[in-house]
Amino acid sequence: MKIFVCVKQVPDTESKIRLKSDSSGIDETGIKWVLNPYDEFGLEEALKLKESLPGSSVTVLSLGPKKRVVDAIRTALAMGADDGILIDAPEFIDGYLTAKALAKVIAAEGPFDLIFTGKLAIDSNNSFVSQAIAEALSIPHATVVSKLVHEGTSATVERETEGGTREVIQLKGPCLIGANKGLNTPRYANLPGIIKAKKKPVKEISLSELELEVEAQRVSFSSFLLPAEKATTKILQGDMNTQVAELVQLLKNESKVL
Amino acid sequence: MVSVFVFCEFQHGQLKKGALELLGAASQSGRHVVSVVLGPEAPTVAFQTFHYGAQKALVCDSKDLALYNSEIYANLLSLIISEHKPELVLASSSVLARDLFPRVAARTDSAYTSDCTELNLKDGGLHVRRPLYSGKCSASVNFKNCTTKLVLMKQNQLPIFAADVTKTGEIVTIKVPSSDLKTLVKKVVMGTSEKLDLTEANIIVSGGRGLKEPGNFSLLEALADTLGASVGASRAVVDAGWVPHGMQVGQTGKTVNPSLYIAVGISGAIQHMAGIMSSKVIVAINKDPEAPIFQKATFGIVGDLFEVVPLLTAEFKRTLS
Ligand SMILES: Cc1cc2nc3c(=O)[nH]c(=O)nc-3n(C[C@H](O)[C@H](O)[C@@H](O)COP(=O)(O)OP(=O)(O)OC[C@H]3O[C@@H](n4cnc5c(N)ncnc54)[C@H](O)[C@@H]3O)c2cc1C
Ligand SMILES: Cc1cc2nc3c(=O)[nH]c(=O)nc-3n(C[C@H](O)[C@H](O)[C@H](O)COP(=O)(O)OP(=O)(O)OC[C@H]3O[C@@H](n4cnc5c(N)ncnc54)[C@H](O)[C@@H]3O)c2cc1C
Repeated sequence: MKIFVCVKQVPDTESKIRLKSDSSGIDETGIKWVLNPYDEFGLEEALKLKESLPGSSVTVLSLGPKKRVVDAIRTALAMGADDGILIDAPEFIDGYLTAKALAKVIAAEGPFDLIFTGKLAIDSNNSFVSQAIAEALSIPHATVVSKLVHEGTSATVERETEGGTREVIQLKGPCLIGANKGLNTPRYANLPGIIKAKKKPVKEISLSELELEVEAQRVSFSSFLLPAEKATTKILQGDMNTQVAELVQLLKNESKVL
Repeated sequence: MVSVFVFCEFQHGQLKKGALELLGAASQSGRHVVSVVLGPEAPTVAFQTFHYGAQKALVCDSKDLALYNSEIYANLLSLIISEHKPELVLASSSVLARDLFPRVAARTDSAYTSDCTELNLKDGGLHVRRPLYSGKCSASVNFKNCTTKLVLMKQNQLPIFAADVTKTGEIVTIKVPSSDLKTLVKKVVMGTSEKLDLTEANIIVSGGRGLKEPGNFSLLEALADTLGASVGASRAVVDAGWVPHGMQVGQTGKTVNPSLYIAVGISGAIQHMAGIMSSKVIVAINKDPEAPIFQKATFGIVGDLFEVVPLLTAEFKRTLS
């Protein structure tokens, strides 16, 4: 089986977000970049399938500034992917162009069986790129997938929707899966893996080689703001009955949320 | 006149809260409001959209739409957008819309943004903002190179206006285009809970490792029942297998936006807070005065939850009855 895994590099959740002095964007100094956690579930599932089907291969793709995104690809290679493709792009590219670029590269690489992505990237929470890649390649997709069985040329997935409802869906032919937590437990890269990763091939492609222009984007951001400081916490005092009664009054009469 | 399309989700024949919010915003904008109502019961639901400000409804009640199939829905919605070329399509940032709209955006070359928390349509303008980096900052979204903008709004951000049941409008029936499907929905297992999904709930009571064991979630259930609230959980208790993953709130769980979030026996780790920062009021109940959740909560009670929660349930019962 030929499997592609798209991985995005995102700021670690613990990273402190600061704005540039003119509020035109975020200040990226001091940010620690990690693999998007949901992409790790996709990668793990790809590696498990490869292990169960001899002769399979796993190629990871990542789009972003070369100097940092190369680390995301190396991490994925150290976990067990066979090779990587890096699409060098400026710091901010919208989902529309990202999906176009990823789909073009995948199409150029020849026939494939499966594409894995995360259900969303935790920096934007956008959940756009997966479905847009599937659309560009005219293949079916399923997102928020927490269970996958791949047999022959079809994939049966379980996805969680709202209110605890679960859907079981069958996708025919090559398809795209957006991974959710619950699909598996991602492995860690071990030392032999990290050493091996250094020798694995990483292909580099630029947006211009893909005949894509940054000007074609649909979305951009401006007027960045940090959230308003919340008023300080009111810690209630007194015996427990008094505290509880006061809390209910505050919720009802002051905050008016009841 | 410039039109706004509102994609209206409904359940058990009733418009969902998010749809009511969007219809309100659209009808206040002075634009021509068209509701898009897809699925069985769509014709009756379409009348409700008129009561909330739609002037026209595009309706399809084909039984092919009874279960959500991304291909069938994407074919139909893409067709509607290609034919009418609306300036703006509004939808709730629900699981369904977040799965569907990106595919439609890619097919119709539209712009797409999800999870928006501010929407301003005054004077023919379109101003939206969305949170970034788990709510650690936010930005205005600018659109270019497109005819249609698809904007998905988080729930509980916009006011709902009263229904005017005398209002009516034009119903246009549409058909599902035929196509060879590669996607087959085999089974849908309904959730066991009658409570609102966490992403829609107005009040949430969440529990963490402080509850000690799974059986103690019944304390939270009782509190939630008196408030008509939904029950959530921290990742620690989901990973421990006490409650299903669908209840997890936070960075790798659900992002919620209730009016009131009550965190019981939850320390307030940054990954948990990432999911709750747009709550209007956060109440923390924790026996450790140093717990990080007390830095971010609106109100805090320092105490043993096994004492506080039953007292609180009784007090709510007394006050709300
Ligand atoms: C904070 C932030 C907010 C943004 N908000 C919007 C917005 O509202 N609208 C919009 O059009 N654009 C937005 N963008 C721009 C654009 O979405 C991203 O820059 C672009 O990389 C697409 O990723 P995503 O975050 O939308 O990913 P999602 O669509 O959430 O990601 C889904 C999956 O697609 C794959 N994927 C996504 N990006 C890449 C990549 N660069 N390389 C490899 N795989 C990838 C991953 O497997 C990921 O799990 C935002 C960017 C940032 C940083
Ligand atoms: C990549 C990543 C993603 C993550 N995603 C999420 C996520 O989506 N959601 C999430 O919640 N976490 C997430 N986490 C985990 C997070 O870091 C914390 O480990 C988790 O939130 C802790 O859960 P907790 O507060 O229930 O448990 P603890 O941290 O153990 O806190 C228990 C609290 O209960 C209090 N307590 C104990 N007994 C009592 C009592 N009798 N009365 C009152 N209070 C009491 C204690 O003082 C303590 O503050 C993630 C972590 C990582 C690394």
